[in-house]
Amino acid sequence: MSSIQKIDRRDFVKLFGLASGGIILGCSVASDSKGFIPIESKKGFHPNLFVHLEENGNVTLIASRSEMGQGIRTSLASAIADELEADWQYVSVVQAIGHEKYGNQNTDGSRSVRTRLEPMRKMGATAKIMLITAAAKKWNVAEVACKAENHFVINKNTNEQIFFGDLVADAAKVAIPKEETVQLKKVEDFKFIGKTLKSVDLKDFTHGTATYGIDVRIPNMKFAAIARSPVTFGSVKSFTKNNAEKVAGVEAIFEMPRLIPPTGKFFGMLGGVAVIANNTWAAFQGKLDLDIEWEKGANENFDSEEFKKILTKRVQKTGKLVPGVRGNVNTAFDTAAKTIEATYHVPFLAHAPMEVPNATAWFQGDKIEVWAPVQDPQTARSELAHFFEVPIENITINVPFLGGGFGRKSKSDFVVEAVAISKKIKAPVQVVWTREDDIQHSFYHATSAQYLKGSIDKEGNLSGWLQRVGFPSIVSSFKPLSDYASGFELNQGFTNNPYAIKNFRLESVKAEANLRIGWMRSVVHIHSAFGINSFVDELAFAAQKDPLQFHLDLLGEDRIIEGKSKFPFNSKRFKNVLTTTAKMANWGEKLPEGHGLGIAIHYSFYSYVATVVEVSVIERKVKIENIWTTIDCGLALNKDNITNQLEGAAIFGMSLALFGKISTKEGAIEQNNFFDYEMTRMKDAPKIHIHIVDAMHEPPTGVGEPGVPVIAPAICNAIFNATGERVRSLPLMDLGMV
Amino acid sequence: MDINLSINGNSHAVQVQEDMPLLWAIRDIVGLTGTKFGCGVSQCGACSVLVDGRLTKSCSVSVLDAVEKEIFTIEGNSENLEFLRQAWTDGNVPQCGYCQSGQLIAATSLLDSIEKPTDKDIDNAMSANICRCGTYTRIKKAIHTAVQLKNQTL
Ligand code: FES
Ligand code: FES
Repeated sequence: MSSIQKIDRRDFVKLFGLASGGIILGCSVASDSKGFIPIESKKGFHPNLFVHLEENGNVTLIASRSEMGQGIRTSLASAIADELEADWQYVSVVQAIGHEKYGNQNTDGSRSVRTRLEPMRKMGATAKIMLITAAAKKWNVAEVACKAENHFVINKNTNEQIFFGDLVADAAKVAIPKEETVQLKKVEDFKFIGKTLKSVDLKDFTHGTATYGIDVRIPNMKFAAIARSPVTFGSVKSFTKNNAEKVAGVEAIFEMPRLIPPTGKFFGMLGGVAVIANNTWAAFQGKLDLDIEWEKGANENFDSEEFKKILTKRVQKTGKLVPGVRGNVNTAFDTAAKTIEATYHVPFLAHAPMEVPNATAWFQGDKIEVWAPVQDPQTARSELAHFFEVPIENITINVPFLGGGFGRKSKSDFVVEAVAISKKIKAPVQVVWTREDDIQHSFYHATSAQYLKGSIDKEGNLSGWLQRVGFPSIVSSFKPLSDYASGFELNQGFTNNPYAIKNFRLESVKAEANLRIGWMRSVVHIHSAFGINSFVDELAFAAQKDPLQFHLDLLGEDRIIEGKSKFPFNSKRFKNVLTTTAKMANWGEKLPEGHGLGIAIHYSFYSYVATVVEVSVIERKVKIENIWTTIDCGLALNKDNITNQLEGAAIFGMSLALFGKISTKEGAIEQNNFFDYEMTRMKDAPKIHIHIVDAMHEPPTGVGEPGVPVIAPAICNAIFNATGERVRSLPLMDLGMV
Repeated sequence: MDINLSINGNSHAVQVQEDMPLLWAIRDIVGLTGTKFGCGVSQCGACSVLVDGRLTKSCSVSVLDAVEKEIFTIEGNSENLEFLRQAWTDGNVPQCGYCQSGQLIAATSLLDSIEKPTDKDIDNAMSANICRCGTYTRIKKAIHTAVQLKNQTL
């Protein structure tokens, strides 16, 4: 795992351009990434987490994660501060740049806290020991006679105290204590971990002074907009500059070829026609004035409505068997008291982060510098090295604030575009996507169809479960002709179905990709949770059982399923979030006329989540009244941040359930902007009630994504409860229910 | 053309295209980047500013419409904005923070016109602003908090 080293100050100055004295500790944490995006192998000791103590008392964490609203910087800093016994007001965070020296910076898979917590704590504890050693020497007492508290070391015998900052110079000379001797605090003694801490970035956020990618300004930089083919992977047949050239501020217009990524990695770029200007607006205007004839290519007839019909047909027939069969579903169906079947749909979705994709790049022959809101700077860096043939060590990626990511900003196509343009115009340039670009050229959350068949035996218990799924695979973005869902995708809710069902069978059907497919906040869990929770609700109704009790029965006896990971599945924790949420929502009590409650549970990113939604339906129009969510995410590092994440997840889930739909006609995306790809707004926002299970002795698990998948099925189950109408195809807007 | 923009009490002599929306003049020409681009078509409120005290989507008005008027952005200071900032901080409102400039300006405009807004007033005033991170619950609460903070101080 981790081992901690003092970092030579000269090295540090080189790494970070910081030139102050003090103690710098670094440690190296192995990433548990099993993603299929290769990240260069690291040889030897490359610290990737740093903490810097200065003589003025300041404690700075060099954060190796992109900040995109999950409050990661704050959470990780709190772990150091806690073990260090620091005063929170001295603690701050700076963002590391994209360089393999700082480790895997990818902010995906709700992984940050899971992998970084213990190393952070150890660094804090190590620094504390060094400060105590220095103080003990000064007082000429044993170290055990000293303790650290609130940024001071205190002599327990005399109550004398020395400020941390005044000990830094001496402590810097102390040898790093052996890892085995570094003791971590007991959970009960935490001062910051698990408590409510304010984001370290609030001042900037409320004064407009936080620099997001789109706010980066470099002397003499240009601005660029790109017209891309409406049909995915189409190319420019011909174009005329038309009036674009006459737009004041436009300086250059040229064609950009598509860059096709090598099989298995990277994202490349779509190509098109670039308009370079001396301000963003002129570039946008110039783009609108272009007259381009497109070579539409292989996807020109792609029609998402047709595709929905095709997928629906396919899931009705036997598909490819997915390993993990239990018992025999056919026998279960043949001997059942009742069988039911249903088919569910979720459309394509786009992330639409508030800050559009953008990147600023400066190509300088043998080196490249980039400033971009990327979730995965290291893949971006490897990708640039590949396409522009610049040695990787000469490529620097600076990560400013991200105005939301949700998975879109881990695909660095927009960075490649900026570098390609900078190379051509020999000047620094910022590529800015319009909102229309963002909605029409995303890496979409895959559309899906699922067929489910289940049987109820004479006792009213679920006896058989057959599920067939079809959705274009994310792998298709890396390996063309990947026409079936991959194992890692099926493992997001389908193969790891948590229910104790005796007869279980899963099949997968063909689903080609005609758009770029990518991952979006909680990924495949969005459709797996929708299908499974909707169907369980249908089964409960068929069995004439209360859905809550039916879920509990399905979860069965307390079971622990050891997987390959460090986080075994524990059905008891799952049942606990379920009953807790039901209690919060007064499940079972009589509701006003036209109101209904729906329940959904889902296990993702190793966290257990249950949600109850209350809707009211008047003349078939749905209003979401209340959302109650409980999460068990193990050790809750920063409770208020987790609450904020889950409130946000509820809104995100609502947006996709009510409005989320990307559709195509003749290969082109039909939606344009927020007026036809709508978002939940304040007036539609329900009351949201979040509960975090006290599980401080369990390792921390994901919080950014697990709150999303449960929302859509809980809403639809609530609609059924209120009206008897079953929604099997999202979004509600398409059904006239919004 | 050469014009003068008065932003947060400071005068800026700038050269712009006459059809340029105020947003881009503020961001790219004057260089104040706190006001954000989110949609460009008056749908998200990220670009909200006050022009002579009126809540304005700066992406959708020409820069010429703001000449000889007082423009107020998130970088500015006003009594109501200060209370709102305090309430935003107390309530730990932002997630990614990107929409919050626009949210704070819209909330400032609300408090400038209604001293003690109800939930309904807040829904009406704030529904032109999208927060993709979903911080609505906190925004609503923080607006009430700001009113309380103000009453305590006055
Ligand atoms: S950018 Fe002006 S309303 Fe969205
Ligand atoms: S805080 Fe991220 S969009 Fe509002």
